Amino acid sequence: MALKHLGKDFLPPDVLAKVTGEAKFAEDFRAEGMVFARLLNSPYPHARVRSIDAAAALAMPGVLGILTAADVKNPPVPEPQLLNDEPCYVGAPVLLLAAESELLAQDALEKVRIDWEVLPFHVDPLASLHPDRPDARTDGNVAAKDIEPRTIKWTREDFDAAGAARMPMGKPGAEWAYGDVDATFARCKLVLDERFVHASNSHHSMEPRSAMAYWQNGKCILHVSTQSHTFIVQKLSDWIGIPPTDLVVVAEFCGGGFGSKGSAYPLQALPALMSKKLGRPVMMRISRAEEYYNGSARNGFQGQVKLGFGADGKLLAADIFLVQDSGAYFGFPDFRNAGEALSLMYQPQAMRWRGLPLLVNTPWHTAQRGPGQNQLAHIIEPLLDQAARQLGIDRLEIRRLNAPQSGSPLGAKRKPMSSCYVREALAQGAAAFDWERRKARSGNRQGSKVTGLGIGQAYHSAGSYGFDGLVRIAPDGRLHIHTGVGNLGTFSHTGTSRIAAEVLKVDWERCVVERGDSRRHLPWNNGQFGSNTSFTMGRTNLVAATDALEKLKAIAAQRFGGASDDFDIDGLRVFRKGQPGKGMTYGEAAQRAIQLGGRFDGHEFPDELNVITKASVAALAGSGLIGVAKDTLPRAGEVGTIAVGFIEIELDIETGKYRILDYVGITDCGTVIHPAGLETQLKSGAVQGFGVAGLERVVYDPQNGLPANVGYYQAKPPTYGDIALSMTTGAVGRPESLGALGTKGMGEPPLGAAGSALLCAISDALGGHVFNRTPVLADMILNHLADQPQAHGRLQTNCQ
Amino acid sequence: MPDIAPDPSGHAEGVAVARSSRREFIKRVIASGAVASSASFMVGGLAGCSTRRVGAPGAVERLLSLNVNGQLRRVDVLPQETLAMTLRYKLGLTGTKLSCDRAECGACTVLIDGVSLYACSTLTHSVRARKVLTIEGIRGLNGELHPVQQAFVEELSPQCGFCTPGQVMAAVALLQQNPKPTRAEARHGMSGNLCRCGAYDNYLNGVMRACGNLAEISHSTAVGPTAEGGHGA
Repeated sequence: MALKHLGKDFLPPDVLAKVTGEAKFAEDFRAEGMVFARLLNSPYPHARVRSIDAAAALAMPGVLGILTAADVKNPPVPEPQLLNDEPCYVGAPVLLLAAESELLAQDALEKVRIDWEVLPFHVDPLASLHPDRPDARTDGNVAAKDIEPRTIKWTREDFDAAGAARMPMGKPGAEWAYGDVDATFARCKLVLDERFVHASNSHHSMEPRSAMAYWQNGKCILHVSTQSHTFIVQKLSDWIGIPPTDLVVVAEFCGGGFGSKGSAYPLQALPALMSKKLGRPVMMRISRAEEYYNGSARNGFQGQVKLGFGADGKLLAADIFLVQDSGAYFGFPDFRNAGEALSLMYQPQAMRWRGLPLLVNTPWHTAQRGPGQNQLAHIIEPLLDQAARQLGIDRLEIRRLNAPQSGSPLGAKRKPMSSCYVREALAQGAAAFDWERRKARSGNRQGSKVTGLGIGQAYHSAGSYGFDGLVRIAPDGRLHIHTGVGNLGTFSHTGTSRIAAEVLKVDWERCVVERGDSRRHLPWNNGQFGSNTSFTMGRTNLVAATDALEKLKAIAAQRFGGASDDFDIDGLRVFRKGQPGKGMTYGEAAQRAIQLGGRFDGHEFPDELNVITKASVAALAGSGLIGVAKDTLPRAGEVGTIAVGFIEIELDIETGKYRILDYVGITDCGTVIHPAGLETQLKSGAVQGFGVAGLERVVYDPQNGLPANVGYYQAKPPTYGDIALSMTTGAVGRPESLGALGTKGMGEPPLGAAGSALLCAISDALGGHVFNRTPVLADMILNHLADQPQAHGRLQTNCQ
Repeated sequence: MPDIAPDPSGHAEGVAVARSSRREFIKRVIASGAVASSASFMVGGLAGCSTRRVGAPGAVERLLSLNVNGQLRRVDVLPQETLAMTLRYKLGLTGTKLSCDRAECGACTVLIDGVSLYACSTLTHSVRARKVLTIEGIRGLNGELHPVQQAFVEELSPQCGFCTPGQVMAAVALLQQNPKPTRAEARHGMSGNLCRCGAYDNYLNGVMRACGNLAEISHSTAVGPTAEGGHGA
């Protein structure tokens, strides 16, 4: 079918407000009688609160009240706590105090006396495995979403056996394997066995997670910063202690999340709870330093990887052990994702994966763009280059040779991929970059400048499903697409809505995207994360629009006689096939739907819908023709997205600095929905990759547990000065058969493709030296060139 | 007064870059006689953060007249209050964003007498008798978008949009000083503004479009291999 909307650019409805300053973020809202709350944050990396004396603070005129851990319904540890009575990192929120002014609140916090029991701590995951070292939490040193808190210690023999070159490897927290790993390694021509570190880095969302809340008629109105929308409602309402239908989330805009605002997080609930206590609207502003304490970070890795290649460059066997730095709470399953990514992207015939998620006394870690898969790209891609060099194979060829294809297996369960076009992306990128001609420049030196070239690849799953879609045709004939997708800045709330417009053949000018405020009656949608919005909410909009289409035809059949199948749509009309005159407009059909009631206008709806969708449909009932459905479409096969990157840098061996001269990024994202949006995601994802791979050194002081990076200038996210001078982007453009109209997402891999390409290019400029460490910074490059020892210990992470 | 230094790179000759150092800012706060608290980060941040007049300890508000977006605005201001707080909490101009609150990111960029400054690190008292221009004040008389805003829309420059007002103001200031910058000059001129989304290339395209330097706009989304096997460079 010829597409009316997909593949064409559009004016996103939220972009005007963004350039005029009219876009309202959480801290931009005011409410009559609003007061201010400030957090008291732990000064210790690990402590227990014995007692709190807030009498002097509460006696100050204008001070209104406090909340402590005893006043809130904390989730079970080691989930992030609303307020902590055992803070496990510097900056963990312990108490919230509200006052008439923020200045007064901060002054009052100075008068709160806390009796602390200071507890042992550590900031290095491997250290906590040592038999003599303490755990980060009193309930253990290991935890994950599916691993109960426990203590795992390795033996002295485990540590001693590692020697100087390898990471100690004792008992893992989880493992899987397929194939005969040992036998396959035995027949390899080349085996690389490398230890590595991938440090944790911050999300640096530019909008601090400030929030404002008030109560009205038993409902809580909450202005928060979230990259998702309906996805956060259930957990958040649970923390606040109300049914999800009594929580109104207002979040039309979100000033950056990158994973850290994907699910509900504790700070969102605190102003609501304080407002409930005081009966006043409460604004809780979060400072930049507090954003670094509580704005989350990527999970780090320390690890060992063994890769066995045949003489032709084919990866035959892989064995990886990932010790994950999960921060103070249970982190995110990066360690699992990384294992899956290795199995897919290089297709080893036999593989073993072991992972151990460890708790340390540093801030909350959660998903950051490509959680696990992108770290894996940074770890493996430079090693692939090393293998290519040792085997005398072109670096593009070794990637092409090992690339997965549609149907290739993923992970321990060897589940087949649906569509997967790595080779096509590599070919497209190589042509755009002119790899064949340009590769001769590798290592060219002019004065102190050396040319480095690199190729990177990254993967992410992209196929969540099972959420609800909701559309409404109003009596004026307009199509309202209700979406619970958040506003992360990708414009996919609207991009995916256009799929409903496509199905119902509605001109874009006649469409209204309803989003950003629970009072606009939104369906239960997945969070805007994990490269899944396009696939997941493409499908919800497809099923909702299909439901509306069937109802249009049924209404027409009722009116004009015959069966639904006898009718077709076009030009905002439903009519008998071959007899365009015999039909009615969408507006007339909507009016008829209201007259008919029942399932046609939302008075009846499928029971399988989520409670949030049901409430939204009930609120819309009688206002038009309602299309609503849960996505139960088939999903036979794993859905994923990949990106590849080609880069040229010019590295100055006198300063250790480099300029990125050119970058080409190509994605396999199915049918392209929004070319301009795709381009900006490919480019900006690459910019973030340059930051993770080459700029963002996040340091925790091992002596005192203090974070050294609580400002941008310390944490160093990329600036205008760090971007590539030239960037080219493209998409393979082949449809994903399980996606709505061929679509799937693409958000995460551009970061890992660019980051790993950069690391490969640095290595290339240095004659093939692989640091086995991310990020690689100028001082490391200089130390290497001067044959000086590095400042960091061999497996030390998040250190100077 | 802020120090006005010429562009050290020499790329954008004549571009005045306003630098108001953190040290200078703190000296002025101390000179104002109102050191609010022992918590140093509060110096910029909290003062003025109230929707009603509350007498904070040791702080006395004074009635000032400010020229904001061409209008005379009378407002009670604390001695240590930053312009960002006055704009956001006293004058309802929330388009000026606070992200770092210490002169690192540019989300709060405003123009003072035509020079871009970080409002988070500018004392409101220091802009009396000067012209303050914020994101709310740059649209035309009939509400039409400023050319920079229009260009940013056309180039899909914003992603999350939080840094966008600051980027717009930085670009407006740049083009006032240097009406037709090269892409390299724009890159330098905009470098006081962070965008964590990483949409720098789109912002630069926006600046190039706004100034009519269309040759330096860079686009390249090719879907599938072209006949030559490559795609736009």
